[in-house]
This record gives sequence, structure tokens and C-alpha cells, in this order.
Amino acid sequence: MTEAVPKISVRGLHKSFGPKHVLRGLDLDVGVGESLVVIGGSGTGKSVLLKNILGLLQPDRGSIRIDGQEVVGMPRAEREQVNRKFGMLFQSAALFDSLPVWENVAFGLIQGKGMDRKAARELAIEKLADVGLTADVGNLSPAELSGGMRKRVGLARAIATTPEILFFDEPTTGLDPIMGDVINDLIVHCVRQLGATALSITHDMASARKIADRIAMIYHGEIIWHGPVADIDSSGNDYVDQFIHGRAEGPIRMEVRSA
Amino acid sequence: MNPLAAVGRTFLGFLEVAGRLSTFAGISVSHCVRPPFYPRLIWRQIVEIGYYSLPVVGMTAIFTGMVLALQSYTGFSRFNAEGAIANVVVLSITRELAPVLAGLMVAGRIGAAMAAEIGTMSVTEQIEALSTLSTNPYKYLVAPRLIAAVLMLPCLVLVADIIGVFGGYVIAVHKLGFNPAVYLSRSWEVLEPLDVISGLTKAAFFGFLVALMGCYHGYHSRGGAQGVGQATTNAVVSASILILASNYLITEMFFAR
Repeated sequence: MTEAVPKISVRGLHKSFGPKHVLRGLDLDVGVGESLVVIGGSGTGKSVLLKNILGLLQPDRGSIRIDGQEVVGMPRAEREQVNRKFGMLFQSAALFDSLPVWENVAFGLIQGKGMDRKAARELAIEKLADVGLTADVGNLSPAELSGGMRKRVGLARAIATTPEILFFDEPTTGLDPIMGDVINDLIVHCVRQLGATALSITHDMASARKIADRIAMIYHGEIIWHGPVADIDSSGNDYVDQFIHGRAEGPIRMEVRSA
Repeated sequence: MNPLAAVGRTFLGFLEVAGRLSTFAGISVSHCVRPPFYPRLIWRQIVEIGYYSLPVVGMTAIFTGMVLALQSYTGFSRFNAEGAIANVVVLSITRELAPVLAGLMVAGRIGAAMAAEIGTMSVTEQIEALSTLSTNPYKYLVAPRLIAAVLMLPCLVLVADIIGVFGGYVIAVHKLGFNPAVYLSRSWEVLEPLDVISGLTKAAFFGFLVALMGCYHGYHSRGGAQGVGQATTNAVVSASILILASNYLITEMFFAR
């Protein structure tokens, strides 16, 4: 029997910024249709990992495969084709200020897929409805939206092109707990509806428990533990225990620089 | 500390910036000539750069023309050479003042706006979002601005030429008592196509510089609001200096004997 090719496979990934070695030979697999959440403290390399997979940063060493296809060192045009499989919800939602909400949602359809503006607008309104927003929100400017609404619009934009892989960067950061839970529910709903593979990074354990099939913990640029979400409380790993219980005491030392 | 090391570091830093800017310019220009194009975005920039800059450039031109006529009269009257005012005004405006002043005004208005807008997009992850939506940021953000600025600056300078000469005419005729027909015929006689063409060539190049500096500094801004403010300042200052320096080189190219 042949082993299934992971949707995303990362091997020996290294990335430094000057003297700061952020990723140190990181290995990670995300299976087809799986929702993997990478947890870890601030500055451990979560965002850098995501940006390397998305092609926003070039790794120093290592391999990243999408559907078995190596993407490190791939020519830009081919890389743009691979990126068509992706949808991304940014931490700050990263909505385009100069465009109304509907055009933000329809952006990938119009620019990426060349869809007619009228048809794209109708589809964008449908996607807004999927995330619980009414059609009149489509005419607003992003500056007129609350934090929760911005996340919803960001999510609608991420799913508008029906991507195979969804990335979520700190999806609940900056939201109150109730709105955070609403966003988590929407993420679960959208990922299931699309049948997509999902890779999220967060340090919000409530969010991780809700949206993950599997959790991986990153520390000092390496994955130090991974397993099913149900096993997180009995991981037997002191680092994981300290992190999920939010304890100041433990093997993880916060780097605090004096002024 | 070794002073030579400081000099070396500064020089290497300069080379790094020059290299990064050249690469940015090369990539941006290559996207200006390769499809897909974004006519809607190019049109938006044409309106922003061309139409909305008209009042600023027009006012600059008319007051410059007026002052030039007045000052020329003050100087030339000492040598009984008042008749040369029309020549001085028309040549100064078309060859130098209209392109340089329009370039500087547009650098302040448009270069700053480009740096602030793209800089804000950079620090709020909007440029990264473009990439994840299969849209090349150079093609979407930089190329339309470059194309519009290169097309619109010559148009603005042509308008500034006319308004600037008109400003000189108004002062010469209504304040200094020149005969309108003589003043106009002298202006027309001395003007050669090369005078206007050199001014328009300068304008196109200055437009390129203004848009390039605005986009480059905005694209590479980091560190939140302070970084965007710094990028805006850098865009205006660097574009202004490059306009003044390249003005000399282009003048040398056209008129050196």
C-alpha cells in the first residue's frame, strides 16, 4: 500500500534574519483535509513558518512541498499558480482600504481568476452571507467595520476562490472571547464546507482546541511536539504543559530584554 | 572606533541601497511593458496625478512667470535691455522652470501620497495579501503609478508652460507697459521646438523619478506609523534631489555645445 502524499510537507526548514536564527530545521506534515494548528509563544517562528510556505519569504535551506511538488526555488510564474490553491486570513485581516468590502472579497476572483465584475460581486455577496454579513455591508469601506466584521470579511475573501488550502494567522487575536468563538465556529464551518486543508497558527488555546484536528507546538524554530488535539492535555511534554496552562514557571523562559 | 570603518560602512550602505533601488526599478519597468495591464488602475492614477495636480502646478507656473518678468525687468532695465524680458520668460519657463517646479510640486503632492499609501499597505500586510491572492504587487501597485506619472507630467508641464508664459505676459503688459503684440511676437520668435521638447522630456523623466521614489520608499517602509512617516519624507527628499541633479544632466545632454 502506498502512503498518501501530504498536502503540505516541510522538511529541514531553516530561516535566519541576520544573526537571529528563527527556524532551525523544522519538519511538519499536514494531511489532505486535515486541520493542523501550530501553537507557540511570540517570536518562536510561527509567522515565519507560514510566510515561508506561502512564498512571502524565501527559506535559507530546506524543502516545502505542496501536493508533493517542491515550491522552494520555483519560478515566480509557477509559484503564482501554486498560490491559487491558497486562501489566507491575516491577523489584521489585511483588507484593502481603497476598495469597498465586496471588492475585497471578490479580489481573487476578479484579479486572480479574471471573473467578470458583476458575477464576482454576486459571488462576493454570497460569501459575505456565508460568514454572517448582510449584502449592504458589501458597499461599506473597510474603515467602517468593527474588528469582528473585518475578520469575517477577511474570512470571506479567503474562501471566495474555493481554495484547497486555508491558512489562518492568529484568527482570534484582538477579538473579545465571544467574537473569537464566533470566528472559530465560522472557520470550522468554512473549512468543512470547502473540504479544505487548514493550517493555522495561534497562541489562543481555546481557538486551537476548537479548530484543530491535530496540534503541533513550535519552540525555538522547531516542532517539539505534535499529536491529535485530544492528546494535548496528556502530551507528557513539559513545554507543552507550561504553554497550554499559561504558566510563567517552567522550562520555557520568556526572553525579556532590559531597556 | 576606526574612522575608516565608518566610511566603509556608509559606502557599503550606499551601494546596498543603490542596488536595491536599481533592482526595484528594473522589476517595476519590466511589469510596465508586460501584460496583464490594469487600465482601471492606470486611469485612476492618471486622474490623481494629472487632473488633481493641475491647480497646484498652474498656480506655481503663473506666479513664477509673473516674478520672472518682474525680476528680469529690474535687472535688464539697468542695461536698457528690457526687450529681452519676453525671451527670458519663455525660455526659462519652457526649458527649466516649468519642468523642475512641476516635478518638485508633484513630488510633494503625489510622491508623498504614494509613499504613504503603499507604506501603510506594507505595514498592515496588505501587500502580502495581494501576493496570496495571486496578484503581483509590482504589477498592481507600482506599474500603474509609473505609467501614469510618466504620461501625466509632460501634460502638466505643457499646461505650466502656457500658464507661466501667460503670467509673464500679464505683468509685462499690464504692469510694465509692454505692447501686447510685440511681447507675444518676441516670445514666439525666440521659441524653438527643442525648448519645449527638452522640457517635456525632462517632465517624463521627473514623473518616473517621483513615482519610483514614492513606490520604492513606501514598499520598503517598516515599523508602523513612524516608518510610514519616514518613508514619506524620504520619498519627497530623494525625488527632489534626483530631479535637480538629473535636470542638470538632461540640460547638458540637450544644450551642451
